Parts: sequence; C-alpha cells; structure tokens
Amino acid sequence: MLIKIAWKNLIDKKLNSFLCILLMALGIGLISLLVILSKQFEEKFTKNISGIDMVVGAKGSPLQLILSSVYQVDNPTGNIPLNQVNALKRNPLVEEVIPMSMGDNYKGYRIVGTNEKYLEHFKTEFAEGQLFAKDLEVILGAVAAENLEIKIGDNFHSAHGLDSEGETHDHEHFEVVGILAFNNSVVDNLILTSLNSVWAVHGHSSSVDSSSTTNDPTSDKQITSALVKFRSPMGMMTIPRNINENSVMQAALPSIEVNRLFELLGVGVSTLRALALAIMLISGISVFVSLYNSLKERRYEMALMLSMGASRVQLFGMLLLEGLFLGVVGYVIGLLISRLGIWLVSKQVAESYHFDISQVSFQPEEGWLFLAAIGIGLLAAAIPSLGVYRLNISETLADD
Amino acid sequence: MLSVQNLSFSYQSNKSFNFPDLHATINEPTLILGNSGKGKTTLLHLLGLLLKPESGSVVINDTELTGLSVKETTQFRAENIGIIFQQPHFISSLNVLDNLLVANYLGDKKLQKDKAKSLATELGFEELLNKRINRLSGGEQQRVGIARALMNNPKVVLADEPTSNLDDDNCERVINLLTKQAEAIGSALIIVTHDGRLKERFAKQVALG
Repeated sequence: MLIKIAWKNLIDKKLNSFLCILLMALGIGLISLLVILSKQFEEKFTKNISGIDMVVGAKGSPLQLILSSVYQVDNPTGNIPLNQVNALKRNPLVEEVIPMSMGDNYKGYRIVGTNEKYLEHFKTEFAEGQLFAKDLEVILGAVAAENLEIKIGDNFHSAHGLDSEGETHDHEHFEVVGILAFNNSVVDNLILTSLNSVWAVHGHSSSVDSSSTTNDPTSDKQITSALVKFRSPMGMMTIPRNINENSVMQAALPSIEVNRLFELLGVGVSTLRALALAIMLISGISVFVSLYNSLKERRYEMALMLSMGASRVQLFGMLLLEGLFLGVVGYVIGLLISRLGIWLVSKQVAESYHFDISQVSFQPEEGWLFLAAIGIGLLAAAIPSLGVYRLNISETLADD
Repeated sequence: MLSVQNLSFSYQSNKSFNFPDLHATINEPTLILGNSGKGKTTLLHLLGLLLKPESGSVVINDTELTGLSVKETTQFRAENIGIIFQQPHFISSLNVLDNLLVANYLGDKKLQKDKAKSLATELGFEELLNKRINRLSGGEQQRVGIARALMNNPKVVLADEPTSNLDDDNCERVINLLTKQAEAIGSALIIVTHDGRLKERFAKQVALG
C-alpha cells in the first residue's frame, strides 16, 4: 500500500518526476556512454598493436604513421625504399619485418600489399579460398567482403588514393581468390594482396624505374611502411633511435603513440565526465526541490496518515521510496540512452572508419553508477523527508 | 464507553482550557457546542489522542489513555477511534476506494473491500469509488470522510464540525447517515460543532465556554 502511494504520487506529479528522471537519465547515460566508448576504443587500439613493437615509414608524424599503418585510418606519411627495410631484417635483434604497401582502395576499402606474415601476425583464418599466389590476386577481410558483396572469382578495378572518389586504374583488374573469417581486428576491413600486385598496378606510371642505375632489382622498389617485431627488448632501446638519426625512415613505437592518443582523448573524456556528474548532481537537487515542495503540500496527508496509525518511520520510508523509484527509473532509462548512443556512434564509426564497436555488455562501472543513482535518489529524498519527524499532527490537522 | 474527568490543556501561548466532565455511550450521540476559540477542536484532539492533556483522564472501554506510550497511543487510536475532520483531508494521489482502504492498512487490519463498498452504498457514493478523490465535491468528500472513519469499526467516532460546509439538505443527510452508521457498528458518537442546526437533533449536549 505504501509502495502504491509512493508510486501514485510520482505519477500524480508527472512533470516533476519527468524532470528528475530526465536529468538522472542524461547523467547516467552520458557517463555510461563515455565508459563504454573509451573502453571499446582502448580495447580495439591495444588489440591491434599487440605484438608490434615498432613501425617504420617515411619521416613525418609518428602518430600518423601508426594510425595509417596499424589502424588504417589516416593517410600514410610517404614511401620508403624496400632495400632499407630489408637491411633492417638482417639485424640480429629483429625477429620479423612485415612490409606494407598502401595507396589504393576499392569503394573505400583499402588495398594493402603485404605478405603472408601479416596474416600470421593477426592469426587469421580463411573462410573460403586461399592465399594470393599470383600478381593481382587478392583476399578480403570478412567485413569488407560482406559489405562489398564480393565473392571468390569476382574482378574489380582499384581506385587511386584512399577514399572511393579516386581515379580508377582501368588497365589492371584484381581477382578475388580468398575471403577471411571474422577476426575482430583491422584485417576485417582490408583487401590484401601481394607487394608485387601493388607495384604492378603503379609500375607503368612510376618514374623510379627508368632512373634506376643499380643492379639490385629491389633497390628502386618502394613500400609504404613495415611492422617490426623485436627478438628482445634490447632492440627497442637502440634500433628506433638509430633509424631516426641515420636513415631516411622514421621509427615509431605504437605503445607510446597510442598512449599519447589516449592522453589527448582523455582531456575530452574527463571534461564530459565532469559535465555528466554535474547533471547527475542537478538531478539530485531537482529530486530534493520537488519532494520538498510536494511535502509542503502534503503536510495534511502526512498528519492524516499519522492520525490513522502510520508510524513516522513508515512515512519516512515511503518518501525515501519515491526518491528510490526516481533513481532506479532514471538509471534504467540512462542505460537505454547509452545503448542507443553506442548504436548511433557505432553506425557512424562503422561507415567512416570501418570500426565495429556494437558489441556491448554490462560494464562493472555501471554497477557503481547504479549505486550512485540510488544514493542520489535516497539522499535527495531523505533531507526533506526528515520533516516527517517534526510534524505536529494536531496542529497540522487543525490548521485550515 | 468514553468518559472524561478534569481534563485540562494549555498551549504555549498561555491559552489554557478546562473542560467539563463528560460521559458518552453507544446509541446516545453527544453534541459538544461552543463558539470559535472555546477549545472545541482542542477537546476533540484530546479525545482522539492527537494531543496529550496537561491533567485529567480520558477512559475508553476501561483503558486509561493518558498513561499510554506514543506507540500504544497510535495503535489504540487506529483500532478504536474514528475521526472525521472538519476539512476532509485525503491522500490526493489515490482514488476514493484506496483512501478508504488506507484506514485498514494503517490500522494494521486486513483490507476490507466489501466493507468499503457497503459503506459507500449506504452513504450514496458507490459510483464514485474509482474516481480520484479531488474530483469530488465538498459534500461528497465529507461523506467519504465519514466512511473512512468507520472502516475499522471504531468504539468511538469523533466528528469535528462535520456540517459546517454543507447546505441544509446535505447537513440533514450527513447527520442522519452519521448517527445511523455509528449506531449500526455500535460506536459512541461525539460531534463537536457550533452549527445551530444540530441543536434540535440531539438531546445530550455539552456546552464549552
């Protein structure tokens, strides 16, 4: 019965309750959205760099190099000579060098020239077909294959540049020979081929060929960047510095650059978080004000219930319950808002960055949010409700 | 049923009252008359245990009430005393039926829907049971207030100016219903009023002043 009265009271004061719940839900939703998004991005970012100790590429911004070579989201910094990369391979501290060559796309999906080590690194498996063997054969990541609606045996022309509006290479066409299983990594959104294929497409327009004077067939060949794994941490200490000081290449360490990126994002995230906390605080105040006002009106009601046998503890509990209801409803709606937000963001991100962040589970932080929502509701209700203990039954009922 | 001796009470503003002794029984309603400021409502609140007297005794059914603890008082009041307030206060968010059942609930009794319905029929508002309480007119609210006071079959029914806001027809009707219902459940009825229209109705009268 008391629960019913508490609930009916909230429904009775629709606008007040709506305002309290709206503020609470916005605060909760915003915080939960931030928690999930920053977690998802961190997870994605760290998963893709795991095992890559260093990236070498043309000189420029190290963050740009990492973003373009590891995450495939930014433009490459330029080209580097293949023979310098091969020289790196002979360093005893280096375990593996995975060359990458980028510059073309098909309908917005990047075509990356590399070798089978790239696939081994990401532990990919074939859904069907096999690895590219001849020039101009390609394999597709799971998401790319699905969205492009391409199957094995299909042909397509690539376009120059990294967005779909580039000039097309009409002479050569790629043939699809394999499709990868879903890997939950950057590979899912790529079209992979051999380095030779990339050179073949661009070979006829390259001026490097004719000006070449050396006999080494690889000397004039260029790639975009290379992912490097070290045999021991010693490599990390000496090699990057050596490359940066003594070669035309630059070396970037993914772990450092990604941390830098998170730091940059962190400022925005913590500002938003403070804003969300402020909204939650305001919602607490609005619960307080609305209960305080309604309690002034309901003085008679309280005195009446006391005269009919209610205890003050019961009434206090009933008023707390109203705050609790507001907190819980606000929390539930807040979570719905955050899931809706995730869905919208993921749709947009998936379009522009081919990043899938839609898998969302309940976060432990949201458990804390629940406690916070209840705490704010109860506290904001408790302060005005203490008035029940000061209420003089006789005086209130006699007062017309 | 209910007897009062040497009752006195004073407010902090040094306004003090000494009330005449009175004795109320079933089947003989008691009318307490007095003009404004003579302590009518104060007396009613003393009888209803909403106020604690300075001295004197209030006995209902062989129980001396002035000696009870706060908790015992609350329980005794819920079980044995039905109060009809001058301004009919209700729980505004509930409908008429729930406002009646609340008396059962707060008195720690089983919710008696049938009782509520039969009282509503007797008092002529059964078609209003599912309406919101503040949609009702003053006269209708007064009748709901009477029904609520009777929900727990109290030993004593205290009515504070039950007719002050009513026209002659409704006044007549409400008083008839009140006496009839109090009689039917066997409770002593005490009406506090300054309404001259009631003087002719009741033989037993006590004047304050």
